[in-house]
Order: sequence, then C-alpha cells, then structure tokens
Amino acid sequence: MTSGQPQPAHAVEAIGLHASIAGSHVLQGVDLRVPAGGVTALLGRNGVGKTTTLRSLIGLVPPSGTVRVLGRDVAGWPVHRIIQLGVGYVPEDREVFSRLTVRDNLRLAETGREMNYDRVYDLFPELKQRSRQLAGTLSGGQQQMLAIGRVLLADRPVLLIDEPTKGLSPKFVSEVVDALERVREAATILMVEQNVHVVRRLARQVIVLDRGRVVHAGQAAELADENLVRRLLGVSA
Amino acid sequence: MSTFVAITISGLALGAVYFLVASGLSLIYGLMDVLNFAHGVFLTLGAYAGWAVAAHLPQQHWAVFLVTAAAATATGAVVATATELLLIRPLYGNPVGQILVTIGLDLALVGLLLGGFGSDSRSIQVPGWLTAVTTIGPERIPNGDFAALGTGLAVLGALTWFLSRTRYGIIIRAGAENRDMVRALGIDVGRAFTVVFAVGGAAAGLAGLLNSVAFSSGLVSPLQGDQMLIFAFIVVVIGGLGSIFGAAIAAMLVSLVQVYVTFYAGSGGGLAQLGNMSVVLVLAIVLLARPRGLLGRAA
Repeated sequence: MTSGQPQPAHAVEAIGLHASIAGSHVLQGVDLRVPAGGVTALLGRNGVGKTTTLRSLIGLVPPSGTVRVLGRDVAGWPVHRIIQLGVGYVPEDREVFSRLTVRDNLRLAETGREMNYDRVYDLFPELKQRSRQLAGTLSGGQQQMLAIGRVLLADRPVLLIDEPTKGLSPKFVSEVVDALERVREAATILMVEQNVHVVRRLARQVIVLDRGRVVHAGQAAELADENLVRRLLGVSA
Repeated sequence: MSTFVAITISGLALGAVYFLVASGLSLIYGLMDVLNFAHGVFLTLGAYAGWAVAAHLPQQHWAVFLVTAAAATATGAVVATATELLLIRPLYGNPVGQILVTIGLDLALVGLLLGGFGSDSRSIQVPGWLTAVTTIGPERIPNGDFAALGTGLAVLGALTWFLSRTRYGIIIRAGAENRDMVRALGIDVGRAFTVVFAVGGAAAGLAGLLNSVAFSSGLVSPLQGDQMLIFAFIVVVIGGLGSIFGAAIAAMLVSLVQVYVTFYAGSGGGLAQLGNMSVVLVLAIVLLARPRGLLGRAA
C-alpha cells in the first residue's frame, strides 16, 4: 500500500489546529504527529474532539492551523484533493450510501488507478456475496466492513478510521480487528477507538485528547498501566 | 368515450413535457439543494434556439427537425452549465443568494428576449407530420402528442440508465444522500453539480421545443418558460424533491387532472382556469397526506 515515493517521518501532522462546530470551539490548538507506518490510536472521553480532529485533517470541518498529510501542507485544500493524496476516511457510524448497492458503494471509491477488489473480498467475503444488496439493508457489522472495504479498494498510504468497533457484536468486532491487523502492515492508520482492548491489540502509539487539546502522547504499551488509563480516560482497562 | 381517450393521450403528452422540465429541477435540488428559478428560461431559450435554427434551414424535413431539436437541447445545456459555473458556484452555502440570482437571471433573460424579439410569438417550422393528426378507429390524435409522449419516455429511460449505470449517475445518487461522504471518497462533487445542471438544462431546452410543437401550435414566446415553471415546481413537490420517478408519476397525475378538469368542468364557460386550480388542489391534498411527496426521501 505504499506509493513508491519516499515517505516523510510523519504521515500526518497538525500544528495549532483549531476548529469550531455550530459556534462551539471544539479544537483548541491540537498538536499531533502520526509517525509513518502502524496504528496510532486517538483516545479521549466523549466530546473532547476526536471525531472533529479526524474530520478537520481532511477538511470536512474547516480548521485553522497547519495540517500536513504525507509531507504536503493541505490547509485550505478541498476535501477531495486531500483524499486524492492517498488518504482513506472511515467515518463514525459508517455512512455507507444506503440506497446504493454494495457494489455501487465500492464503485464510488474507485480512483481510476488499479482497484484491488480481491483484497477487499478476501478480507470481507460477505461483501462479495451481498454485492447486489442495498447497503441500507446490511447489518451494522456488514456496513462497517463495507465502509472499511471502500477505503481499501485503492492503495491509500494513510487511513483515518473513526470508532471501527462502535456498536458491533463481538463476532464483527473480531472480524474488523483481524482485518485492521492485516491492513496495518501496509498503511499508516490514525484510529479513534474507545475499546482499550482493541487499542492494545492494534496500536503502537496513542495520543490522548482532552477539551480540544492533546494531553498525552506515548506508546500504546503504556496502557497496561491501569492508573494512567483511569487518569487519562476515566475508565478501567 | 372517444373524446376521453383523445384527451387522456393529450394529458399524457402534456405530462411528458412537464416531466422533462421537472426532472432537471428535481435532480438539481436533489443533489445540490438549489431551487433554480431560472429553469424556465432555459426552456424558453431552447425553444428560441430551435426556432432560429429551423428558420435558417431549407425545408421542413425530419432531418432538419432533428437538428432543431439538437439545437434546443444543446442551448439548454450550455446556458445551464454557464449558469452553474458563473452564478451558482460562487454562492454555494448561500441558498437565499442562489434563489435571488436565479430569479434575477430569469428576469434579465426574459427581458432580453422581449427586447430582442418583442412579445409576439414566433412560429417554428416543423415537418408536416407533426402538425397532422392520426386517426385510430374513432380517435383523432394530434401527432405532436405522440412526439411529446415518445420523447418523454425516451428521456425517462435515458435518465434511468444514466443514474443507475454510469459513474456520474451513481455519484449524483450518492451525493443526494450524503454529499460530504462523496467528497471524503476523493470525488470532486463540484463537477457532478455541473453535470447535473447540464443534464437538467438539456431536458428543459428540449421541453421548450416540444411544448411549442405539441401545445402551442408551433409558436415560441418569451414567457412560455415561466408559465411552464410553475407547473414543473408543483410536479417536483408532489413527486418528492430529488426523485426522478416521483417526478414522472407526478407529471402524469398533474397533467391528467388538468386536462380532465379543463375539458369536463371548465369548458362550459367562465371556468377556464378550473384546470389550473385543480392542480393546486392536488398539490394540497398530496402534501397533507404525504408531506415529503409521493416518492420523496424522509427529511
């Protein structure tokens, strides 16, 4: 999933990121660096700005501050141009196109370059079986597979994935985590995730947000420290 | 009974013209949330382009008429594309501004047509077959009705194919559901907006020519588009904003009610507008029973 060009040390970088939604100043100077390769988890309590951070990085929420993606300063770029650099975005709540078939949802993600349907169907065989089914009639887990499958169709060196296991049954959590485990070998993943067990299994680094700012950045192995997890996230591991 | 069949076919033909106008309005609103009040003048300009081309070609021949129809269609598409690129695009995110600029464009272009050609209607040269009638048993059906109906069905088929089979069609359907997510897949939605305006303008331009040929005795006039636009908006609302099939069903419903009421209740004297009033009544009933229209998506 590499582009063939030399990669910068940080696949994604944000400096002094501010963003507001409906008059609420959600991001208040986020500084983060996502090293190239592997999974970085973006953690924090509900409402601290994790989703807004991901959406700001690709311009879906217009930010102020500096954003670099694969070494390019993308501040002010339209969303589609940032994505075309080689970014895949899996939103919270999947946002598949419910009135299109599974096949047409995947067709939308075609970029004109070589499309890897085999990889998607190998990771998620159900998508092939249900290719003619309307996406709105899929279960939550199947929709999540489709949302992830969409961004794996083309070679995208950076993946931004928002709560991939949210609301899924244990069976689908296991399938999605297995798939991400395979994908992380070839891409840089910045992932919002509430499930500490999933983070421990997938992530190499963690970044913790609180009230619109980064309050901690370190190795995922640190999450073995129950006191640290409780202090930063307010939950038990 | 024979009259009933003839006016039914006439109603369906009128519905086909309504559909041509309403389909563009519906697509544009469905994808872009733009209420385009200049859509009527796309129709008028298409009709005038058809008139101008036909007037400079040698004879009333089918090939000449096809060129005329192509000119009307292309004019609608070009004017609509220019409107999107020059006037609508700078105003995305400003719906009031978009409404005002389309109303202003409509007023300006109609004013230019009135200034340039006067308020008198102009007559389009068409092949003799189009102005004749076909006798089927006891029925005498104007051939213009067949032309309008056939064109409406062909455009419905073409739009269905475009929306379901082509990449742009899929982008348009997806964009009507979730524009941000289309962008987040790396797709330039702005280009799809331009395509939708061009397709809608092309259908309107063709509708202008057909409306003149089938329902205005071959005459074009500067105000014909605005008169048609009112009914097209009613069709779009009844069918459900953004739904092509809803627009097709609503177009037939509106036109049939209009011609039946006009013929059976309005032709006795003094009640000539009853047909138009009945359309508004249908709109009210549908909105009361189903506020999002026949096939519209839930808010």
